[in-house]
Amino acid sequence: MRKILSILSLGLMFSSCVSVKEYQKSRINDSEMELANRKVEKFETNFYLYREGAAGANGGKSGGGCGCN
Amino acid sequence: MKKVIISIGIYCSVVFCVNAQTTKPQLKLVEAKKEKTGLRSLKIDEVNLVSSYYTQNGNNSAITSGIGTEKLWDAANSLDLKLSFTEKKLRTNAVVLDGAMDYYSSASSDMIDSRSFSSASMTDLHFYPSIAWIRKDETKRNNVGMSVAYSTEWDYKSYGGNISYSKSSKDNNTELSLKAGAFFDKWMVILPNELRPISYPSGGDDDQNGIAFKNRNSYNASIAVSRVVSKRLQMMLTVEPAFQEGLLSTPFHRVYFTDNTLKVEKLPGQRAKLPMSIRANYFMGDRVIFRTFYRYYVDSWGMTAHTMSAETSVKINSFLSFTPHYRFNSQTAVKYFAAYKKHNLAEEFYTSDYDISGFNSAFWGAGLRIAPLGGIMGNRWWNSLEIRYGHYNRTNGMVSHIISLSTKIK
Repeated sequence: MRKILSILSLGLMFSSCVSVKEYQKSRINDSEMELANRKVEKFETNFYLYREGAAGANGGKSGGGCGCN
Repeated sequence: MKKVIISIGIYCSVVFCVNAQTTKPQLKLVEAKKEKTGLRSLKIDEVNLVSSYYTQNGNNSAITSGIGTEKLWDAANSLDLKLSFTEKKLRTNAVVLDGAMDYYSSASSDMIDSRSFSSASMTDLHFYPSIAWIRKDETKRNNVGMSVAYSTEWDYKSYGGNISYSKSSKDNNTELSLKAGAFFDKWMVILPNELRPISYPSGGDDDQNGIAFKNRNSYNASIAVSRVVSKRLQMMLTVEPAFQEGLLSTPFHRVYFTDNTLKVEKLPGQRAKLPMSIRANYFMGDRVIFRTFYRYYVDSWGMTAHTMSAETSVKINSFLSFTPHYRFNSQTAVKYFAAYKKHNLAEEFYTSDYDISGFNSAFWGAGLRIAPLGGIMGNRWWNSLEIRYGHYNRTNGMVSHIISLSTKIK
């Protein structure tokens, strides 16, 4: 429960951030700044799903549609 | 080595095939200038090709009750094609067609029939296409999407889909994303040869009459909030609860008990999972990007896990990036796990599958990405090429290697 609260409090912290204008986002819009796994990681994410028990919240699957549980 | 060469051969042929196709959208773009909206503005946005070769070894195969070879190789390829067209009022529609397949060999699967002496010769194909549609509305600052997916392998078929919605703030610095999905899998109940009732089929291509099938349903939801924190930092929080029901054990996994009794793995028919993650990317100076990820995971089978990863992307010059990466995972065992001949007959549920045992794992390696402004080798359509290697090892002795190649055509 303490961990859940810590993550939620981080979320609340977001609301106090400064507003960044579109013309100031040259670095944020860099393709490698994307908040997701990169295409080249696609099959790495698949093998984690088979070889580890924990899954999800990383842009991949959290179960189903593969020979894993 | 032969498999690697074949894989590269397939990869090159697909690249040249796609190159031939990308001449068509340029013609479509000319038409789009005359008619800026509707289906006539349809164009190919990008094509992504990803190939990988994975190999592993270890001595804790679940098929032989936690002992025996885990040797396996997997050659995987995927091709996705993103098409888009603009409707009136700045609404952009994108359709992503994705086809992926794995061709693999597994020594452990070969031991479903313990009389087999063909070692790592068993091979199979896993094919999983999907179609996704996303509509982006610039005026309302939202995205609506849905997708359908299919997956097939020698012992199961799966149908799935999801719907998604996201909304951005007025300044486009905060985004809330919601997603819900479901997968409906049907499993063929293949049993180890010693545990098959008389006249029960083996599950082989020519011996499936009268074999049992069972269902496994998976449901998941996702809530994510992303935020541009500063000109150089952005973060995302994700909570993704999931629930599974049906046959969650693997029917051909053996379990040996303390008194030498042999049974098939048995696990509860329901499992609830709660992964929560935070991702933060930071652009330092003009050349270095830090990509970090942390996940906390807990489920109803008693497993908890911590996963963290860090990747640094160093821009060596305007078109070349070097990306070393490291990932660490620590998980506790599910409460139904015990090693070979450690289970007691009085237990209701039992497994000797080391993938859901307690261990630490590390994954590390590096990648190289080339993305010249004028395209690779002067071909403007060939946007980028990336190669990445990773080494994975677990504290229970399993070791694997993966090499991936990705290219984008735009």
